Amino acid sequence: MKILVPLKRVADPDNANKIKIPAGGATIDTTGLEWKPNPFDEYALEAALRLTENGATPKTRGGEVIVVTFGPKECETTLRAALATGADRAIRVDAKDDELDGSIVAKALRAIVDKEKPDAVVMGKQAVDGDSNQIGQMLAQHLGWPQATFAATIEEEDGALLVGREVDGGVITLRVKLPALVTVDLRIVAPTSVYSKQTKRDFKYNDGVRFAALPAIMAAKKKPLAELKLAELVSDTALKVQYSRFEAPPSRKAGIKVKDVAELVTRLKNEAKVI
Amino acid sequence: MSDTLIVAELADGKLKKTTHSAITFAKQAGQPFSILVIGAGAKAAAADVTGFGAKSVLVADDASLANYVAERFAPTVVEVARAGGYGVVVSTASSFGKDLMPRVAAALDAGYANDISGVAVDGGKLVYKRPMFAGNAYGHCTVSTAIQIVSVRQSEFTAAEPSGGASEIKDVAVAAAGPGADRVEFIKFDQVKSARPALGEAKVIVAGGRALKERFNEVLEPLADALGAGVGASRAACDAGYAPSDYQVGQTGKIVAPALYFAIGISGAIQHLAGMKGSKVIVAVNKDGDAPIFQVADYGLVADLFGVVPELTSAIAAAKS
Ligand SMILES: Cc1cc2nc3c(=O)[nH]c(=O)nc-3n(C[C@H](O)[C@H](O)[C@H](O)COP(=O)(O)OP(=O)(O)OC[C@H]3O[C@@H](n4cnc5c(N)ncnc54)[C@H](O)[C@@H]3O)c2cc1C
Ligand SMILES: Nc1ncnc2c1ncn2[C@@H]1O[C@H](COP(=O)(O)O)[C@@H](O)[C@H]1O
Repeated sequence: MKILVPLKRVADPDNANKIKIPAGGATIDTTGLEWKPNPFDEYALEAALRLTENGATPKTRGGEVIVVTFGPKECETTLRAALATGADRAIRVDAKDDELDGSIVAKALRAIVDKEKPDAVVMGKQAVDGDSNQIGQMLAQHLGWPQATFAATIEEEDGALLVGREVDGGVITLRVKLPALVTVDLRIVAPTSVYSKQTKRDFKYNDGVRFAALPAIMAAKKKPLAELKLAELVSDTALKVQYSRFEAPPSRKAGIKVKDVAELVTRLKNEAKVI
Repeated sequence: MSDTLIVAELADGKLKKTTHSAITFAKQAGQPFSILVIGAGAKAAAADVTGFGAKSVLVADDASLANYVAERFAPTVVEVARAGGYGVVVSTASSFGKDLMPRVAAALDAGYANDISGVAVDGGKLVYKRPMFAGNAYGHCTVSTAIQIVSVRQSEFTAAEPSGGASEIKDVAVAAAGPGADRVEFIKFDQVKSARPALGEAKVIVAGGRALKERFNEVLEPLADALGAGVGASRAACDAGYAPSDYQVGQTGKIVAPALYFAIGISGAIQHLAGMKGSKVIVAVNKDGDAPIFQVADYGLVADLFGVVPELTSAIAAAKS
């Protein structure tokens, strides 16, 4: 199977408390923030690697995993890291972050899919900076492909994927025939979440994503990394969503520590009046 | 500005309460609105939304829409939106709305604002407020396409109450299934059956974290019973299988804002806070006095949960009787 995995690098969410919004709120100041691959994209890459191997012999790769990112030169660090964990080749579409919105990235990805003709696109359900949750669904529409969003499990069948989607109230199972688009949720990296046709159904992965070994990090430097220009992929590069202002959320004050259950219940009843 | 089109959400042929948040949005946006009720059984469900002041309630009812898949629903939403010349198409940012609306946006080549927490009218334009970075910043944005696609956060748009009147009900044609529809097959919906209030609607939520281990239900259920509460969980508790995935509260789970939220054995990572810090009163029980959850809790109790939760359960039952 040939799989395309879009990856975005985001400001480290665990350092998001350090986000600064300059007076007037015209921009978000990202200086000093650490960059990290979007966690959902790391999970998507792990899912794609599991789909292109026999879990018992992960060094023998089957199929091809291509990673693609839209962003400035620095984003190559994210791509190299993905190559070190097992992706075969990478594409960087040169763009500044403020030249992009969901529609533009979705259309540009469509152009890449048209050229690369993967069997599947596996990507994060959302980027945790903008929390926009849209590019996968938009791309599926542009391609005329079926979509299975918020996937917690994927099982490869002949020419199809059986996907368990986490939705309000439970789990929906869909079968999507290839080529298809999948966006992944958190639990896709659980030990028994993804099975390629080769992987035995009683095989259990380690929980979480795999890490690159040192020799793989060296070898990744030699793997192909192509660069494209955004304008080669989309003709209409006007943003459809414009941000005019940002603000910090209202801060919530820490309350009090109660000494015991009796005090808590008394305060909930008489002070907060919620029970 | 043109009219607003609300896409209602059904479950088992019944209207879902999420729909009422999208109605609240439409009222705040200030333009006349219609409601599209789409799905198998839509005809019967349509009667539930005729009393909210909509110009019309549009019904797309067809057996082929029995089980929701975006590839079958999106084409009808797109056709209705186009034919009616609507300016905004809105749904609630439930898993249904989040799956469907971007597909609709792409088909209409429209801009999409996901999961907004507020709307303002400024110089004749709608300005949307959106939480970003796990709720650590709000962005204010406008959408520049002729049709704008929006999904709204249920916890931030209080469910609309009926305002009287009787909107006319009109049938609309179900459009041919979209591309990809012949390649997707709905297999099943494994529903987490629960007699408890849905997290989005619960007035009180009891949420547990990794600390509960296999005793998640044993410890939390009696407390939830005493309070008539919904039950939520941290990601760690869901990942470990102590609680169903549907219980997850947070940036990437359910966003809730009940009157009272109990965080029990939850550390308070930013991703969890993003889903519950809009709650009116927060109570935290944690044995680590430095846990970040205490920075947002109105009432904190530093204690071993296995000891105090049963005690709390009886004390609350006693206080309520
Ligand atoms: C992309 C991404 C998305 C995420 N989305 C979400 C999300 O939507 N929701 C979410 O919740 N998390 C989310 N997370 C995970 C989040 O970062 C935390 O890892 C998670 O919330 C931790 O869960 P926890 O508090 O239950 O576990 P822990 O952090 O392990 O905390 C357990 C707590 O229990 C306390 N404790 C232990 N034993 C006892 C006892 N006997 N009595 C009392 N207290 C005790 C400990 O002091 C500790 O504070 C996300 C992470 C990522 C990377
Ligand atoms: N700049 C980008 N480069 C590559 N992939 C991206 C980029 N932005 C978003 N994506 C992909 O789209 C997914 C959904 O993003 P979003 O719809 O913006 O929340 C992410 O998980 C990524 O897989």
